[in-house]
Amino acid sequence: MNFAFMKTRHGKAITYAVLAVILALLPWMLTGGFENGKSWVRAVDFALLYIMLALGLNIVVGYAGLLDLGYIAFYAVGAYVYALLNSPHLAAILPAWLIGPNFIVMLVVAAVFAGMFGVMLGTPVLKLRGDYLAIVTLGFGEIIRIFLNNLDRPVNITNGPQGINNIDKVHFLDIDFGRPMEWLGLTFDMVHLYYYLILAFCIFIIFVTLRLQHSRIGRAWVALREDEIAANAMGINIRNVKLLAFAMGASFGGVSGALFASFQGFVSPESFVLMESIMVLCMVVLGGMGHIPGVILGAIIVSITPEILRDVINPLQEGIFGRRVVDPENLRMLIFGLAMIIIMLLRPEGLWPSKRRAREFHEHDEEAQA
Amino acid sequence: MTDALLKVEDLKVAYGGIHAVKGINLEVKQGELVALIGANGAGKSTTLKTLVGMVKPTAGSITFNGENTARLAPYHYVDRGLVLVPEGRGVFPRLTVEENLQMGAHTRNDKGAIASDMARVYDLFPRLKERRLQLAGTLSGGEQQMVAIGRAIMSRPKLLLLDEPSMGLAPIIVQKIFEIIRMIAAEGVTMLLVEQNAKLALETADRGYVMESGKITLADDAKVLLANEAIQKAYLGE
Repeated sequence: MNFAFMKTRHGKAITYAVLAVILALLPWMLTGGFENGKSWVRAVDFALLYIMLALGLNIVVGYAGLLDLGYIAFYAVGAYVYALLNSPHLAAILPAWLIGPNFIVMLVVAAVFAGMFGVMLGTPVLKLRGDYLAIVTLGFGEIIRIFLNNLDRPVNITNGPQGINNIDKVHFLDIDFGRPMEWLGLTFDMVHLYYYLILAFCIFIIFVTLRLQHSRIGRAWVALREDEIAANAMGINIRNVKLLAFAMGASFGGVSGALFASFQGFVSPESFVLMESIMVLCMVVLGGMGHIPGVILGAIIVSITPEILRDVINPLQEGIFGRRVVDPENLRMLIFGLAMIIIMLLRPEGLWPSKRRAREFHEHDEEAQA
Repeated sequence: MTDALLKVEDLKVAYGGIHAVKGINLEVKQGELVALIGANGAGKSTTLKTLVGMVKPTAGSITFNGENTARLAPYHYVDRGLVLVPEGRGVFPRLTVEENLQMGAHTRNDKGAIASDMARVYDLFPRLKERRLQLAGTLSGGEQQMVAIGRAIMSRPKLLLLDEPSMGLAPIIVQKIFEIIRMIAAEGVTMLLVEQNAKLALETADRGYVMESGKITLADDAKVLLANEAIQKAYLGE
């Protein structure tokens, strides 16, 4: 295929227009084209949430080169902040003006809270790199989850393992995102409404990361990733730049978490296990660390593939063996793990890497040819 | 012109219990090229690192451009015009030549002037212009040294500190690097040069200091030092 025309100004405009139409119609194509279309829209909604998470983690891991294995903690913080302020759980204790605030205010609060937790994690690990950093961040992620699991005593804040129920749906611009809505002769169900809401924030976050990439801060992160001492000698304040990466990445996670809580209507510590952190990291690495389109692709593949497998494997097993031989959940992980290994062997730079990263991995090929 | 741009008084540096620099005095005046020579482990590199805050002094004072600059955090020095070209070059190996040079201008905001400085660096090092899109890590040692010096020039230094620019380079490349150092000096950039290659350093510099196990043992015009018999014996191999 020839993508060259897409690089021209005209081609770019056309590409974006086509993309916009596809994105606008996607939920309707899904509900129209599949029997269980709504569950597919739901899967796409989650994919969008994961894109936000992956882009946030990409700032920390891809740009600043700080390996974070506890990233899901910030997602948890965002989700719980939203849940606590928008559910009956604490409504009796908290002052009334704190409950059910304006949606945008709410998201800002979730982002700021998560960002603060990012700084909280970043401060003690300023001097750590590589494996050591990974271990501490892993521990941090677990600490947050265990706190959420146990903060039902002595004062019940998080409601422990039972989680928080009855979280309000978003009310925004006179739209109740929890109720079906008629518009232009179409019935917008909750999954549809949330699709557009999450998509809007996703596009906003993509825009922010794109701007960051070529900014002064973006370049400082690259310098930090490449060589801390040299970066310091360039006049870069390592401490601030690192904390900013942690805070920035965390706040994206917080926004995503808040949207997740309202979409799901229920949060519990189970949603924030280590496996989730690893999944988000997989999205970043698989797609192409530090490259925004790659990271988005990675997030889509990793979050949608299991859904496709779920739909394919069961009928397939029943067709061949007449019964379910392997639990689809286990088989999914098996296939998934195998796919990861193969991809990492064949394309260690990721499926859609930045030019820079592709070069790093293939510089030796060039030399060999020369 | 009488006031020194850099004035170091009774500077002492210790790593743990080991005293690397034992109370030295030195100064660099505006427009001068000063060489600091001495054997391995004499404390030359430590002195330079202390000047840019990478090592904290245990005692003494450093005055740069009228300001006490001892004990600032390392990233504060570039703004003030005190720029180090580190030993072993310290380029960003996985960034291109051009990106490395841009990093040198990280603290600056004046886009137009940055572009003209970039052009100037490429004039000084035509070699780098040819290779501007190549990853710095794939360059030869001499070219990497050029990137390191070019990157430092991009920060518009008032005082450029060079740590062992000849280290690990073939003699012919070393000659070339020193030619460039003379060219930069001719443009009026003040420099403090640390070198083991004493002969070359003294031939290039205006003045020189000789450092021996943490102390400065001799300080004089470069020509006088070159003619000094003791120095010839100890450092010049004659």
